Amino acid sequence: MRYALFTGCVAKGAARELYSSTIKMAESLDISLDEMTSAACCGAGVISEENEVLSDSVNARTFAIAEDKGLDIMNICGTCHGVMKKAEHSLKKDNNLMDEVNKVLKSGGYRYRGRVKIKHLLNILVEDYGLDKIKEKVTKSLRGLKIAPFYGCYIIRPSELSDLNDPDNPTAIEDLITALGGEPVDYEGKLKCCGFPYVMMNKEGALTMAGKHLSQAKEKGADCVVTPCPLCHLNLDPYQPEIDKIIGKRLKLPILHLPQLVGLALGIKPKVLGLKKHIIRAKIFR
Amino acid sequence: MIFSIQRFNPEKDTSPYFQDYEFEIPKSATLLDCMNLIKWTQDGTLTHRMSCRSAICGSCAVKVNGHTLLACKTQASKVIKDGKVKIEPMGNMEIIKDLVVDFGQFWEKIERIKPWLVPDESEKPEKERYQSIDDFRKIDAGSTCIMCASCYSDCCSLDVDKGFLGPTSLAKAQRFIHDSRDRERLSRTGEISDKGGIWDCTHCGECSERCPTEAKPLERITSLRRTAIALGITNNIGARHVKAFVDSIAHSGRLNENILPIRSMGLFNISGLMSLIPIGIRMMMRRKNPPIIHKPIDEAEDVRRIFRKLRKG
Repeated sequence: MRYALFTGCVAKGAARELYSSTIKMAESLDISLDEMTSAACCGAGVISEENEVLSDSVNARTFAIAEDKGLDIMNICGTCHGVMKKAEHSLKKDNNLMDEVNKVLKSGGYRYRGRVKIKHLLNILVEDYGLDKIKEKVTKSLRGLKIAPFYGCYIIRPSELSDLNDPDNPTAIEDLITALGGEPVDYEGKLKCCGFPYVMMNKEGALTMAGKHLSQAKEKGADCVVTPCPLCHLNLDPYQPEIDKIIGKRLKLPILHLPQLVGLALGIKPKVLGLKKHIIRAKIFR
Repeated sequence: MIFSIQRFNPEKDTSPYFQDYEFEIPKSATLLDCMNLIKWTQDGTLTHRMSCRSAICGSCAVKVNGHTLLACKTQASKVIKDGKVKIEPMGNMEIIKDLVVDFGQFWEKIERIKPWLVPDESEKPEKERYQSIDDFRKIDAGSTCIMCASCYSDCCSLDVDKGFLGPTSLAKAQRFIHDSRDRERLSRTGEISDKGGIWDCTHCGECSERCPTEAKPLERITSLRRTAIALGITNNIGARHVKAFVDSIAHSGRLNENILPIRSMGLFNISGLMSLIPIGIRMMMRRKNPPIIHKPIDEAEDVRRIFRKLRKG
């Protein structure tokens, strides 16, 4: 198995432990990764708030890079994944846009042919790799751990572009948690917004939102939260001390990246997976 | 099948509770058909709104298994999970009785965006003001809203901030702001760029997901954000955030997470800048801060070229 890895900006910035844990997890699972070091930021839905064609062009360029490598794309950020799926959809349904974008890409030597498959690590693990095969690789079962999934908006909405079977009632993360030996925690907030996209504009709203979901998870007995989106992680982990103040209680809920959770079950040391880099340290994994 | 329906009569009950009704779904029945039959044959006190039964009037929206939808547009058999369906009143509004909620604030927010055309009175046309097909297309989707409030009910931002105008009002605002016959584009866009407007949407996509028509509020809000930036209404954190974000990618192909929050807050926004300090320190202590030296991507010049070519202004 070999994929063109799109890291996204956050895995090279404020959540570098996502990048390092992805590499370690992939090594352990014999998944080979070819990092697209010349791919630009997906735009996170923000570039399109100034210029839609620009956003689609930047993403088409990334798709073309993967096509030149002859590999499907692996995203490790839910937001990057959702934004790319939207760009792919816009480009494939509109031939004029596709031509316009390819004219722009031509000077750089790129051309998007509409062939590459865009995948998120979550789907790669659950579908391409397979849960049975993951179970075989587990050396340190997560038995006894109650783990709350936090999907992130861009993985599940819009539902017509989501890779999940039933985006209003997804089970992919829960199935993965179970395969790793853990116990998934069900709570209403798992499909809601973390608040990160507007934490700059409305901090109180964004952190109240996060606090509401984390409180629910905690009340249901969660030992930790796992998310396939590092932007959710950025609102739920580094802001957690401020979230605590808003909701008036200490949550102390570690927020793990998906490959960190898988890595733990594969027997990779917590320190190697970057768990010490989190603001809320996962003491349970020491 | 079990229909678990939330009940609440403020004259008798202290808090809402669920009542289960056992009911066999007739062939091809909609959820609304079932709710009507339960009311007519089992419990006349059950209260819900309905009218057209054709997904036009927007009266019968309820929360089904946690997500809002039109009961008349939904096949009952499709929402049964393990022999059961949970029906609740819409969210983000006060309950009047059972599944009936108070639309008062909802309508007040619609009124606030002045949902009527303000034409140029000096023109005094003798005939109707015609629109080109292209101009109509700009407002076509937004015009399909049936005011069912499904988007309003599931809106994540409203859930934590009642001051937010909400997806319905903003989708309606787009319909007037982008109307070629309206003369108040600038002032309207200014008003919805203030607190509680377009930049207070968290972009979760719930509104478009629940919308039973083509109005799709998130798409309308995104196009209003583009308009606000194009019109130069940028003296707010939301618009500055967009500018700073796009500038960063235009420069290095990658987001500079150290500069973005500072530029978003604004260099003269002292309290805003101060609010970044605690999280900045917290992240530095764990070496979680983005690298101080911001490295461009490989082939950054090709990305710069694309931005130069496509970015206006």
